[in-house]
Amino acid sequence: MDTSPNLARAQWMSLLAQADPAELAAAMDAFAPPADAAWLRPAQTGLYMLRGRVGGTGPQFNFGEITVTRCSVQVGDHIGHAWVRGTQTRHAELAAVADALMQNPALASQVRSHVIEPLRRALDERRDTESRKAAASKVEFFTVVRGE
Amino acid sequence: MYVAVKGGEQAIARSLELLAEARRGNTTVPELGLTQIREQLRLGVARVMQEGSLYDEELAALAIRQAAGDMLEAIFLLRAYRTTLPRFGYTQPLNTSAMRVRRRVSGTFKDVPGGQVLGPTYDYTQRLLDFDTTQATTVEPAEAPLPANMPRVLDLLDAEALIERIEPGSDPEPTDLTREPLMFPADRATRLQNLSRGDEGFLLGMAYSTQRGYAESHPFAGEIRMGEVDVVVCPEELGFAIEIGSITLTECQMINQFHGGNGVPPQFTRGYGLAMGEGERKAMSMALVDRALRCDELAEANYAPAQNQEFVLSHSDSVEASGFVQHLKLPHYVDFQAELSLLRILAAQHAARDDEQPLSAAGGQA
Repeated sequence: MDTSPNLARAQWMSLLAQADPAELAAAMDAFAPPADAAWLRPAQTGLYMLRGRVGGTGPQFNFGEITVTRCSVQVGDHIGHAWVRGTQTRHAELAAVADALMQNPALASQVRSHVIEPLRRALDERRDTESRKAAASKVEFFTVVRGE
Repeated sequence: MYVAVKGGEQAIARSLELLAEARRGNTTVPELGLTQIREQLRLGVARVMQEGSLYDEELAALAIRQAAGDMLEAIFLLRAYRTTLPRFGYTQPLNTSAMRVRRRVSGTFKDVPGGQVLGPTYDYTQRLLDFDTTQATTVEPAEAPLPANMPRVLDLLDAEALIERIEPGSDPEPTDLTREPLMFPADRATRLQNLSRGDEGFLLGMAYSTQRGYAESHPFAGEIRMGEVDVVVCPEELGFAIEIGSITLTECQMINQFHGGNGVPPQFTRGYGLAMGEGERKAMSMALVDRALRCDELAEANYAPAQNQEFVLSHSDSVEASGFVQHLKLPHYVDFQAELSLLRILAAQHAARDDEQPLSAAGGQA
């Protein structure tokens, strides 16, 4: 069951995974790598089996696999984890470091304002642009009215 | 007779070099970059990911380059590579209802809520070769984005109870064909995994046969949607679910006539297709074949090739098919010698019976 600290953490972990790797690297420049970072689990690439649902909403079926890179790092007293789609080691490592830093009350607000929030805005903006571009190809039907 | 089975190492080594040289082509021409393949051959990348059954654009681009554009060879490379990676687990089911839609069309309702959104499609091109593609095009975004949650077209029929309900039920753990062999009869979830990995050309031909009368499908494209879907996993170490990124998917919901049977009233039924990337032809073919394969469940006459699960599911995989067809190139010297000897014996026996003239050659007259 999700308690609210987990929910907040799930949200930033999701964002770090969804973020553009280059933007994440730039945003983390001021924070990474911490001198006391200990890699509990070095970055490793593996597979998750993607599951779909029959008819979109029915029983599950195995659709195909996806590459995922995961790692775990200890920074001070906090352990950061990352699971990021793809094979980019650096993306996963930076996400794990950011996750560890976000759990440190002394650093969280700084990381939030310099990393999490700008990445969120960039992601939202990209998605908004994509959606508005798609919306430009929305069909407007006209009815030709006959008569006097 | 003894047949030499060793040798050829030198020839094989030179053949591999010839292949590498041919793949690279003229070395004064710059080599293709993986980013170029990913960005400019995205539909090829999508097909290799789908049938290679591994979503990774970089690896698919690498496979396409290594296979010199031979898609089936690239698919084989990706399938082989996946076996070297550990399996971390299963994702949570992809929620295509929450897709960030970039294309969404319906062949059944003109005025669907959310509208018909064409997106990037070849449908309206003239199919004329364009000799000047140097001009980059940039789309001017609309004022407002599309609705965050695009309603499913089939839900409109569902509200009237005119289409079969698709619900998780007891949500059983599905068969995983990467770990278990294909057994018959295969349930729908297993069939869909097989069709997902299946060759687009094979499924397209099968789907076409259902439209031409080899199965009673009477299909309508209820909804086709393409866009981005979040991939969610719930690792044990965390105990809660997180997104690990998003992927592009194409989903096709076919609507098919059903006259009623097996205690089910007449209603529309569904065929389902899902493909990685912009794989519309694959998703539509998959949906038609999925529906045809439901003939026994719906007590329909089972007579057409596309309705025969053993036929369809056993021959859909291009890696298996191409392996078995192409293995004929391997030495069959002993097999062939045996057949040759047998044929010589038969021919000699036949020659020894030359007194048996066919009746027609006996010169009989009316």
